[in-house]
Formats: sequence, C-alpha cells, structure tokens
Amino acid sequence: MARLGFATALLLGGLASSRPGAALEPYAVVGDAIPKALGAHAGDVARGQAILRDRERGNCLICHQGADPVEPFQGAIGPSLAGIGARLDAGQIRLRLVDASRLNPETVMPPYYRSEGLQDVAPAYRGKPALSEQEIEDVVAYLASLKTF
Amino acid sequence: MRLKLALGLLIALLGTAAGGEEITSGSAFLSPDLRRQQDDPTRNPGWFWVEQGQGLFGRKPGASQACSQCHAEPEKSLRGAATHYPQVDAGTGQLLNLEGRIEQCRVERQKQPAFGYESGELLALTSYVASLSRGLPMDVETRGPAQPFYNAGRAFFERRQGQLNLSCKQCHDGLVGQKLRGDTISHGAGTGYPAYRLEWNGVGSLHRRLRACSLGVRATQFDYGAPEYLALELYLAARARGLPIETPAMRR
Ligand code: HEC
Ligand code: HEC
Repeated sequence: MARLGFATALLLGGLASSRPGAALEPYAVVGDAIPKALGAHAGDVARGQAILRDRERGNCLICHQGADPVEPFQGAIGPSLAGIGARLDAGQIRLRLVDASRLNPETVMPPYYRSEGLQDVAPAYRGKPALSEQEIEDVVAYLASLKTF
Repeated sequence: MRLKLALGLLIALLGTAAGGEEITSGSAFLSPDLRRQQDDPTRNPGWFWVEQGQGLFGRKPGASQACSQCHAEPEKSLRGAATHYPQVDAGTGQLLNLEGRIEQCRVERQKQPAFGYESGELLALTSYVASLSRGLPMDVETRGPAQPFYNAGRAFFERRQGQLNLSCKQCHDGLVGQKLRGDTISHGAGTGYPAYRLEWNGVGSLHRRLRACSLGVRATQFDYGAPEYLALELYLAARARGLPIETPAMRR
C-alpha cells in the first residue's frame, strides 16, 4: 500500500526525489523518466545488445521479443521492444529499467537497478543491483537506437 | 497511466476475491510430441524409476522388514495415499511430504540410514508410491494442524522475492499460458512429480523444480525438504485439489 501511495504521488506530482540503494548512484525521477545518465560514461550500443542477450546478465529475451533478430527463443511476457527508441526517449527507458514499479506497482518487469526492498535475494546477488550503472547505460543506448519497427 | 494503475488494482482485487480460476495440470502445456511420449509407458523414461522403486519396495534391507511386509498388496493398500500429501504427522506435528514419510519408515521402522533427498533410491520409491495413485484427485487437508503450514505456503507463493522481485503467483497465476523464453508457463500444479525432465536427463523431485524457479528469480534456494518448500508444496497441492496425480510425468 505504501508503494502504491508512492507511485500515485509520483504520477500526480511529476517530480519525486530519488530512492537510492545502499551503494547505488543517486538519481532523480522527473515525470516518467530519469533524464540524467547514471554514472559518468556514455552507454555503448554494442555492449548493450550483448547484455540484453546474455542469460547471466540482462536475460531480457526471456520475456521480450523484437530487440534481437538472431536469438531463436524469445519470451512474450513484456511488450515487444521493436522500435522502442521511437516510442520512448532515453530517460523514459532508463526509469523502466531502473525500477518499473515506480510506474506500476504490480509490474512484472524486474527492477534492474535496485538493491533494497527486496526479499530472499540469493546470497550471490544480495545488496547489488541486477545491472551496474554502466550496464544500464549500455542497455539504454541500445534500446534508444531501436527506432524502426 | 492512472487509468492503467486503477485497472491493474481492480484486476488484482477481483483476482483475490474470485480466486476460483480453474487450475490445470502442467501436462496441458506440453507440446503434442512430448505429451504423446509422456503418455506412452514404453517411451516415458520415468517408468524406469517406478520399476526400480517397486523392486526396492519388495526387498529386505539387511535384517529389516521390506516395505511390502507392512504394506501388503500396495496396489490396493497404498492406492490414494499420495493424494493426501503433504500432511501433518500425528506423532511429531511436523509437515511431511511423501519423501518425508518414506524416509520416516526407512529410519524408524526399518532402522536403516536415511536415503537422503534426491538420492536415486528415494526418487524411485517416491515415484513408485505416487504412481499407485495415478488418476486419483489430489486431496490434502488444509485445516486444523495443517492450517499454519498452508498459510505459510500461501504467503510464500504470493510474496515477491529474489533480485528479480517476482512472486510465484505473478507467473503461475497471472502469466499462465504465456511464453517465458521457450517454456509455456503453467499453473505450477506439480501433480506430475517426481517427474522426468528433459533438462535434467532424469527424474527429479518437486523440490528440485522449486529450486529451479527460486534460482530463476535469483532468490534463496532452500534445501531439499526445507520447511519453506514443504509449506509451499502443501499450498500447491491444495491449489491443485481435484487434479489427478500423473507421476511419472514428463516435463521440458
Ligand atoms: C520477467 C519478465 C521480464 C524481464 C526479465 C524483463 N522485462 Fe521488460 N517488461 C516486462 C513487462 C511485463 C513490462 C511491462 C511493464 C508494465 O507495464 O508495468 C516490461 C516493460 C519494459 C519496457 C517498457 C516498454 C514499453 O513499451 O513501455 C522496457 C524498455 C523493458 N521492459 C526493457 C527490458 C530490458 C532491457 C530487460 C532486461 C535488462 C527486461 N525488460 C527484462 C517484463 C520483463
Ligand atoms: C518468472 C516466472 C516464474 C516464477 C516467478 C516462478 N516460476 Fe515456477 N515455473 C516457471 C516456468 C517457465 C516453469 C516451466 C513450465 C511450467 O510447467 O509451468 C515453471 C514450473 C513450475 C512447476 C512445475 C509445474 C508442473 O506441473 O510441471 C512448479 C510446481 C512451479 N513452477 C512452482 C513455482 C513456485 C512455487 C514459485 C515461487 C517460489 C515459482 N514457480 C516461481 C516460471 C516461473
């Protein structure tokens, strides 16, 4: 319920303060986006595509299709990522990767840059976000480059 | 956006209020080929474990009695037994699944060292005993002393967990029939276990399957036979009430 209230406030208010994890970069949410890049280095499109495909890291294709013409088995749980860069700008994509529950408390989309408010996290992953700030930026750069359907 | 949020909430509320969606077996989500293989005893390798279990059942371990000496005519005396597991053990007040009951017989009545969870012997015996209930509807007790275990299992099922922050319910209730990579998500009924999984190249227990789902969301994997998974198993069995036991099933 607290989370729901929070998200509603976010939707009504537009601007919310950051909710960083222990060792995570702080970030500011503006509307439905995180306009500023996390960390200092620009994202790399090729690395981003590799992370998306990598089953140990992003493993995004378990749920999404449309972002990779090569991989044979792709899930159909999340929306297609084809042309995602034409629908959302980099800041909007960034928030959806960082913590989509800020927009939809019931979301199935995992939070890729969050380390708190999680339960029963396996020891190997505890206290860490699923993707580092650089990896988030790489994936953002790749998705933002997908402009055609 | 607000409309979507309100809709989501409404659906969530309706879901819990109605709560009566028909649960189907994992077999309903198999490819036609795998389904045919499962249903053909000459091509379903799970039956090999069942036969081994039948052999162990009739064999005396050392100087002790064989299972079959206490459970004569198991096709009759143990038919239906598996439909009532997990259940609370009257003596200890602990929740026991079929594996746990078999180990209890082994240690306390046969005075033999426990086989150990996921050992070939325990998988074989569990497969055999469960196979004696094939086609009979799941029917576990969830009230009385079982109630706290059932409640714990339900809470486990519904809570988000792991680094990927997903609950069992989000997948096995909300996303049934959808594709997760090459898998089609089922209701998570578990009524075919122990089952032969192609990925394992062998028969494994329900708890082994649960450990795979925990790993999938990067959550703590509890030990085989851990209280957390036992309670979860009771909740799954209660959710699957009325579904036939299909051991030995085949799964991807
Ligand atoms: C367990 C399933 C799952 C996984 C894994 C997953 N997603 Fe998602 N994703 C979803 C769902 C479901 C939504 C829709 C969210 C909503 O509406 O609340 C979504 C939404 C999105 C969106 C917004 C799409 C839009 O049209 O608004 C983006 C971008 C996205 N995901 C990218 C990714 C990337 C990149 C990864 C991996 C790093 C990933 N997802 C992993 C299920 C998943
Ligand atoms: C991200 C999605 C996801 C989550 C979360 C998840 N599972 Fe699964 N589960 C699957 C998939 C995919 C399969 C294999 C296909 C199938 O049979 O459903 C599976 C299989 C199963 C099965 C075997 C079903 C059968 O009858 O063969 C059981 C039981 C099960 N899951 C229970 C659980 C429980 C309990 C949890 C929570 C601890 C859980 N799952 C979390 C995706 C998930």
